[in-house]
Amino acid sequence: MTAFPATDGRRVVVTGIGVVAPGGTTRETFWDLITSGRTATRRISAFDASAFRSQIAAEADFDGAAAGLTPLELRRADRYVQFALAASQEAVLDAGLELDERTRDATGVVLGSAVGGTIVLEDEFVVASDSGRNWLVDPDVTSPFLYQGLIPSSLAADVAVRHGAHGPAVVVSTGCTSGIDAIGHAYQLLLDGEAEVMITGASDSPISPVTVASFDAIKATTPDNDDPEHASRPFDRDRHGFVLGEGCAVLVLEELEHARRRGARVYCEVVGYANRGNAFHMTGLRPDGLEMSEAINDTLRQARFNPEDVRYISAHGSGTRQNDRHETGAFKRSLGHAAYGVPISSIKSMVGHSLGAIGAIEMAACALAVERGVVPPTANWQNRDPECDLDYTPNTAREVRVNAALSVGSGFGGFQSAMLFAKLGRGR
Amino acid sequence: MSTRRAVITGIGVVAPSGIGSEAHWKTVCGGESRIGPITLFDATSYETTLAGEVPDFDVNRYVERRLQVQTDRWTHLAYAATELALGEAELDPSTVEPYKLSVALASSSGGNQFGQRELQRLWQPDTSRTVGAYQSIAWFYAATVGQLAIRHQAKGPSSVLVSEGAGGLDSLAHAARLVRRGADVVLAGGTEAPLGPYALACQQRSGRLYTGTDPGSAYLPFDERADGYVPGEGGAVFVVEDLEHALARGARIRAEIAGWAATQDAVAATRTATGSVRQYARALGTAIERAGLAPSDVDVAFPDAVGVPGYDRTEAEALRAVFGPDGPAAVTTQKPLTGRLYQGGSALDAATAVLAMDYGLIPPSAGPARPADGCDLPFVREEQSAEVRNALIGARGFDGFNSAVLLRAHS
Repeated sequence: MTAFPATDGRRVVVTGIGVVAPGGTTRETFWDLITSGRTATRRISAFDASAFRSQIAAEADFDGAAAGLTPLELRRADRYVQFALAASQEAVLDAGLELDERTRDATGVVLGSAVGGTIVLEDEFVVASDSGRNWLVDPDVTSPFLYQGLIPSSLAADVAVRHGAHGPAVVVSTGCTSGIDAIGHAYQLLLDGEAEVMITGASDSPISPVTVASFDAIKATTPDNDDPEHASRPFDRDRHGFVLGEGCAVLVLEELEHARRRGARVYCEVVGYANRGNAFHMTGLRPDGLEMSEAINDTLRQARFNPEDVRYISAHGSGTRQNDRHETGAFKRSLGHAAYGVPISSIKSMVGHSLGAIGAIEMAACALAVERGVVPPTANWQNRDPECDLDYTPNTAREVRVNAALSVGSGFGGFQSAMLFAKLGRGR
Repeated sequence: MSTRRAVITGIGVVAPSGIGSEAHWKTVCGGESRIGPITLFDATSYETTLAGEVPDFDVNRYVERRLQVQTDRWTHLAYAATELALGEAELDPSTVEPYKLSVALASSSGGNQFGQRELQRLWQPDTSRTVGAYQSIAWFYAATVGQLAIRHQAKGPSSVLVSEGAGGLDSLAHAARLVRRGADVVLAGGTEAPLGPYALACQQRSGRLYTGTDPGSAYLPFDERADGYVPGEGGAVFVVEDLEHALARGARIRAEIAGWAATQDAVAATRTATGSVRQYARALGTAIERAGLAPSDVDVAFPDAVGVPGYDRTEAEALRAVFGPDGPAAVTTQKPLTGRLYQGGSALDAATAVLAMDYGLIPPSAGPARPADGCDLPFVREEQSAEVRNALIGARGFDGFNSAVLLRAHS
């Protein structure tokens, strides 16, 4: 019999939040943006996108030096790693976490990323292959930190270094559910007694030619280039695909007694996490949302919640035709009548779809919604789609006492993930 | 907490040492090196010209043509390893309840060769700025797990873990967690295909690769001549199963995943860094402790054996910190025969450990012929008959990841 510490009854809470997002590169500026209904989508400025089908994105105006990164970090860390260094610093400060020798050993790092160091890999490839002329590339002309670009484990390693965190560390890379899955992984390590504190979240900086071209090729991103601010239209009848984004959110997750002993402020409790696969298609979704619904049901079971206990749903809401219909189906399947009475929204309407990162950014939004009793809206919602007939909180934030917030994600590979946050004391 | 126990019932090896666990076992027991000049592409202009390649891999045997064009070699190797593992386990995945079947593999460089072809297409002068329709599903790190989940109708919780060389063990640990949480069957482990022109260039930038041309002295962990490692492709996939599920279907139970742990050095990577003895020892020791065992219960240890002198010394010291001044009862590594397969390599070491239990035999260690100062551990010099009840596998990942898994023979 394995001799893990007795773990029954352990509970996990969120005690710190850090965000780097388009339109707001700190937690509070991010919250201001998503509760205002303003959007951060614009024509791509990172490179000349005029040759591409989709030419817009939600870009983060991120200044690593201003965010407190060291010269070494600025030199060697890819953009998505820099986001995570800044967001993790904000989260750890927010949590008031002061790590000593003993707590460092029990503090782990689990971060998600869908596409890791794509930017550095592409930029360096162009140089090393002489603009694609050579199949055999010249490594001598590449960045000395290129290996860190090849394998995204450097994301967790660099954040562990910054905080001196010696606990279990890993990167979770399940595509567009990476953010929820990374936080879910960290949550399970805490439940199992493998750690006491976890620095967890996800980061992606995918705005580069190869990513834009990849989504162009399958028409997943919107071609509506004429009106960038209104291009991301989740659940709207006239939605035409998602708008690429970038960013990062990091949460400090902590075992409840550990948080209580040090008198930490608690945003919310993590009361459920589940993921499922649709085993159907790498990119296609069936409209019934069956497997996403299974994931949602599992989180409700873990929390011992009824459908009507869910007071906010942060939707995946990417704004593709099939996604929004798919998850509307999943919400109805899981919540029944209650699906019609709960405010739902997609902040991707404002901050775009940052692939693996967005799941973590949406969990940050859920934690803040629970704490502050405000539900962010779905911006750009104008026309009802008969197949998407729930309450998507159009355009204006709403004051709601959010006892519990559900967030879902769906991604290439068929991954379907769900996570449930609740006010402390409301779960189980 | 649930007391469901995770056991290994099938192993699929696709590695330089051979295809199938029998071929692998024969190679490691014979101490045959499979390191040679790279043939997958013309690497003569590279500093690193040697590698371990999977011999005679016939992709048509494992992947239908329609899917071959949608996927990278890394995925092809995983398809083959998975099919072999299911065959050994005598498990038809369609007999498993779909929501209780999971895929949880480790990943490192993703579909890098596929990605390079598409990057080239995108950037070549005088062509349109486009990539193919499959780029978005072949390159990313979750491609293999997604494809395998579809192929085997696995609707259970899946995962893709990245911690470079430590990933194979992190995947096995996670498979055990998934079984404790209710999964009946988890496909775990991992393969890696790092031998593309661009990916190899990236690896050279780590400064840890051997740059000479002599296959015989290319990868000599713990040896006084150690000078980096040789990369290799492939790995191992396991059928990990709930013990009761395995018993109920009369499966042959090979080993239990009894303990696991992971730590991070949390020290900035520099050319002079050598890793943390304390953190690596903590991972090794905790894995043993969580299995309810003492270090003296461990019959054999399979080290990371990276072949970078400072890191080799750190590993030897960590083993002594856990096991005492004489080190573990026996230490053996076969990595010099295959090259370093990253997450596939730590998975392959776990496969070798299970085979050692099966055969009651510890395979000889491929070196060191002349242990470096501080690296003199009780290496197994000749294959040794022994009842292997408990095996410890250690692995590290760039940069600072330390993982360990304790496998216990099923009695």
